[in-house]
Amino acid sequence: MKPRALILHATGTNRDHDVARALELAGADPEIVHINALRDGAASLLEFQLMVLPGGFSYGDDLGAGKLWAVALRARFGEDLESFVAQGRPLIGICNGFQALVKSGMLPSLRNSAAENGLRTQQATLTRNESGRFECRWVELEPGGSSIWTRDLEENIYCPVAHGEGRFVATEGVISEIERRGMVAMRYAGDGYPANPNGSLNDIAGICNPEGNVLGLMPHPENHVVAEQHPQRHRGRQPGSGLALFTNGVRHAVLV
Amino acid sequence: MNYCVEVVSKPGFRDIRAENLEGQVRLLGVPGVDSVEIGDRYYLAGDLSPALVQQLADDILCDVIIEDARWFPISADHIEIGDGVFTVDVVLHPGVTDTPAESLLAGIAELGIEGVVQAATGTRYTLRGSELTQESVEHIAASLLANDVIQTYHINDPAPPPFTADASGADPVAHIPLAGLSEQQLVELSGERRLSLDGTEMRAIQAYFGDRPATDLELETLAQTWSEHCVHKTFRAAITYTGPPPGELRPITTTTIDGILAEHIRAATETIDKPWVRSAFVDDAGIVALDDTTDLAFKVETHNHPSALEPFGGANTGVGGVVRDVIGVSARPIANTDILFFGPEDTDPTALPEGVLHPRRIAAGVISGIEDYGNKMGIPTVAGAIYYDPGYTANPLVFCGCLGALPTGTHPTAAQPGDRIVVLGGRTGRDGLRGATFSSMESDHTTSELSGSAVQIGHPIHEKQTLEVIMQARDEGLYNAITDCGAGGLSSSVGEMAEELGAVVHLERVPLKYPGLASWEIWLSEAQERMVIAVPNDNVPRVTEIAESLDVEITVLGEFTGDGVLRILHDDETVGELECGFLHGGIPRQHLTAEWAPSPTEARALPEVEPVAALLALLADPNIRSKEATVRRYDHEVQGGTVLKPFIGPHESGPADAAVVTPLKIGPGTPGAALAVGTNPAYGAIDPYRMAWANIDEAVRNVVAVGADPDRISILDNFSWGNPRIPDRLGALVRCTQGCHDAAITYGTPFISGKDSLNNEYTGSDGKKHTIPGTLVISSLGIVPDVGRTVTSDLKEPGNVLFVVGTTGRHLGGSALAAWVGQTGGEAPAPVPTAPAGYRALHRTIAAGLVRACHDVSEGGIAVAVAEMAIGGEIGVTVDLRFPAADEPIDDTTAAFSESLGRLVAEVRPEDAAEFERIMGVYPVSRIGKTVASQEITMRGTSSDFSLSLATATEAWRGGTA
Repeated sequence: MKPRALILHATGTNRDHDVARALELAGADPEIVHINALRDGAASLLEFQLMVLPGGFSYGDDLGAGKLWAVALRARFGEDLESFVAQGRPLIGICNGFQALVKSGMLPSLRNSAAENGLRTQQATLTRNESGRFECRWVELEPGGSSIWTRDLEENIYCPVAHGEGRFVATEGVISEIERRGMVAMRYAGDGYPANPNGSLNDIAGICNPEGNVLGLMPHPENHVVAEQHPQRHRGRQPGSGLALFTNGVRHAVLV
Repeated sequence: MNYCVEVVSKPGFRDIRAENLEGQVRLLGVPGVDSVEIGDRYYLAGDLSPALVQQLADDILCDVIIEDARWFPISADHIEIGDGVFTVDVVLHPGVTDTPAESLLAGIAELGIEGVVQAATGTRYTLRGSELTQESVEHIAASLLANDVIQTYHINDPAPPPFTADASGADPVAHIPLAGLSEQQLVELSGERRLSLDGTEMRAIQAYFGDRPATDLELETLAQTWSEHCVHKTFRAAITYTGPPPGELRPITTTTIDGILAEHIRAATETIDKPWVRSAFVDDAGIVALDDTTDLAFKVETHNHPSALEPFGGANTGVGGVVRDVIGVSARPIANTDILFFGPEDTDPTALPEGVLHPRRIAAGVISGIEDYGNKMGIPTVAGAIYYDPGYTANPLVFCGCLGALPTGTHPTAAQPGDRIVVLGGRTGRDGLRGATFSSMESDHTTSELSGSAVQIGHPIHEKQTLEVIMQARDEGLYNAITDCGAGGLSSSVGEMAEELGAVVHLERVPLKYPGLASWEIWLSEAQERMVIAVPNDNVPRVTEIAESLDVEITVLGEFTGDGVLRILHDDETVGELECGFLHGGIPRQHLTAEWAPSPTEARALPEVEPVAALLALLADPNIRSKEATVRRYDHEVQGGTVLKPFIGPHESGPADAAVVTPLKIGPGTPGAALAVGTNPAYGAIDPYRMAWANIDEAVRNVVAVGADPDRISILDNFSWGNPRIPDRLGALVRCTQGCHDAAITYGTPFISGKDSLNNEYTGSDGKKHTIPGTLVISSLGIVPDVGRTVTSDLKEPGNVLFVVGTTGRHLGGSALAAWVGQTGGEAPAPVPTAPAGYRALHRTIAAGLVRACHDVSEGGIAVAVAEMAIGGEIGVTVDLRFPAADEPIDDTTAAFSESLGRLVAEVRPEDAAEFERIMGVYPVSRIGKTVASQEITMRGTSSDFSLSLATATEAWRGGTA
């Protein structure tokens, strides 16, 4: 049976349908559910085997990208989310979803992240691009690390970024721990700008939690899942589909 | 107690926003600024405890990794004044929409925190530098930090928090006697209330009311409904036109035209009569078929006046408005376009008319506004143009377009008696009052003071959620009619929907941002992000449920009656009662005079140009060069349907002719929509008739170049023009619409929607009138039968043949080359009636897979077109300019830079060249060169041979963006 995938629609997310298409092609049964439906009990996230926080501008991002979404995640169903992750189910946050995961402390989720009140503390951030501008461009991503999402990916992924606040920043201590523990799941390939489009430290495009089932990344692999989406398709066959990433997640969802 | 929370960058972390601002200060030329620090301020009013404020600061307002927050009672806000340190506080005027504050209140509700009654935001800039003076800081504040249309700034003085004062107590309705007033008194009344109605219109209103005084709400409703913006009275006016016949230069005769909209625009669509046009001109957007299952809706709007005053908000709500037009035909927006006209970036700031913002500031604000709305709504911005000319310095033009998709036949258009009037979306405030009449007036240097309230601020997230509600309601078949709430607010949207039926409206039900609005203010407010739907009473609970599940506010405002009267009640008092017949049909028809005469054209030869210098100059021309720095700021990938992108070539930096998008799941044979633009006001200065042909040809050519079927192209006409009561302005417009008519019929491209923005004139404090060049923007929507078979303009490999398709004549009038050498007049590109047949043939070669690359020939002629293909593909070319031309012989300069219509350049493999020529048949094609392995552009002519490196050409074209 196809695993059920929850795409969490918060007010202002807008790549819900894009990732639904990618999950469909990857063999899942995706469902876009507004956060209010989870709050009201119309749906429960533990009914799902896989979960996505999609891209967009949740709550307008007026107070910092992903900030209010992070607040809502914790306030509305922090416990369910913790169980979902603790059970090893795959969770991916893309762009705004990554920002929300980082700002809610779900990523990188190093061992000292639980504060005494039970809430996690934020250990890193995604802030304004070094260029000072929103930028939409295709980038090459080198998968790595110990995430179930990037496991066995053989080729680099080629897909667009579209963000104004994607620069990964943390203290030296946090960065070196993330590196040491294989939690850098995606790196921008190539040297400097624009290969690294936002000035992220260590070219970090995406990170996972220590257990590897939670992945967050700024670029949009869901926007490169069929050949026609490749910007250089007219120049011959072009590699780098993002579909393999979602296939990995769906495969893992079946196992858990 | 009320508090302020201030958030600043942590020491040791880069504040990129502050660095950018320091750069802008340097660009402004203010010396001696060593550093800038930015503090984001949040003002909170209510019953607040210090612990609560601390929690808000930590949990919502501050990014603890890189920011520090401090907070204090507002009464304790103070500034330490020191040597070489200045602070500038910037806050919105009270009542101006404060989007971050609204988000903050939503976040507070999310956390379950109570006690916060109001929130407002502001910014504190701390400038350091030993040479700073009060005067230089004032200059920085006024030029970069605050726009006095919506904001105030306070130097070295804490700004009072801009909480909205309770304005209740105002008289809800005023009664205005009209009986017995002379025409002059009526015109004065129109002026005092800024109704923008003339004597004839005011007399018709006086006659309608008889002895009964009108209410302010009734007068304002009539003014909005009868405004140029809403009713397009110029396009419907009877016109006495003195000029030559269409396309001819003589004889000059006087004729009457029974409305240019009916005779020139609609007539063309009716003559062309394409079965795939589902709806043209009758709704918020035009609708055509994509395939058997899906329709496409397309609309382009202008937002010129608001963008001149407050560029960010003006362009932002321009996008929001056109997106609502598309939602208003029950479609999901799938792509945005934007076509912008600014004064030159290097305009001397001291030469600006009073009250006019510098073009650079206007451009920066407009582009940010477009970026903000499109990106946040998740609509890819995929096509457009930016055009610079001194004629737009005082009056920039902002055209915003939106394409939507809907399942065939799912847009209901007939409200029924008894249907409830349901408003979805944001709350109503005093924003954007009288926008429709304001945009129908000429501007002067006092406009920004008088019309500040006409500026709206957008909230794209509200519109995104409203869209989702509408889509769900559409799919469940819950409403009978829909329209957007734009210019004129509820007065226009409800008024229009009630045109046939009549309606009763209860204003006290409208959710307000703050109390104290007069009845007419509620009725006219152009608060953004609202849609109106007609819902059968039985469906109201389900619509309400959907809206609430998506955090969208919903109000049942009243109902449609069937008695043909529009009745507005406020707390049970009748504040307006107008017969729909009079409201919509009572406007007296205008009779206008128009004149056009050809300007005497000297057959002057252009001065001799050095070809390499000319080509490099044109590649670097702001109207031709790469727009990458701007376009990258728009998300062109969201929704995953952009199959032909704005950037092409091995490094994705070459220029695409058109974008191709599809709303369908991509598979074999999936059809898509190609979007492009044609505009060239320089031709219009010579002959608006030829400009119309040129623009339609360009818009068509661009979509054909990427693979659209020439028999499946529809177009939109958008005019921005001067004051139509001045006969030469209107004459040029008539001449232009004649061209639109003739060209559209020749190309078989129906107009499906359009819009005009008139009175684009600005009277400076010096009394001088600044009018814009008459500007026509043609937007094309072409159907690509299979998105797997599109063509891009970047050259693909060495060893291929380059063809020019079409014939080159002596058409340098209004060309980019003429502008570069400073010559006006001359021969503008002439109509090519055979072009459509040529495009059909070219389409067959594309469908047969023969074309490796294809690019339209426009500004800068063949030389620029070929250079752009080489730059895009990073492949060299050799071109022989001695190809056959229309008039024999032409010189090398004409061959290289003429802008004759009907031409494209195609790259074809040598083995396919004969087949390409065979399919092209009688339409002229010439082999002009080939692609080569060396990284050089070489052109060989009768009298000149020249060569330049691809790197040099690329550097010129990409300029600062590389």
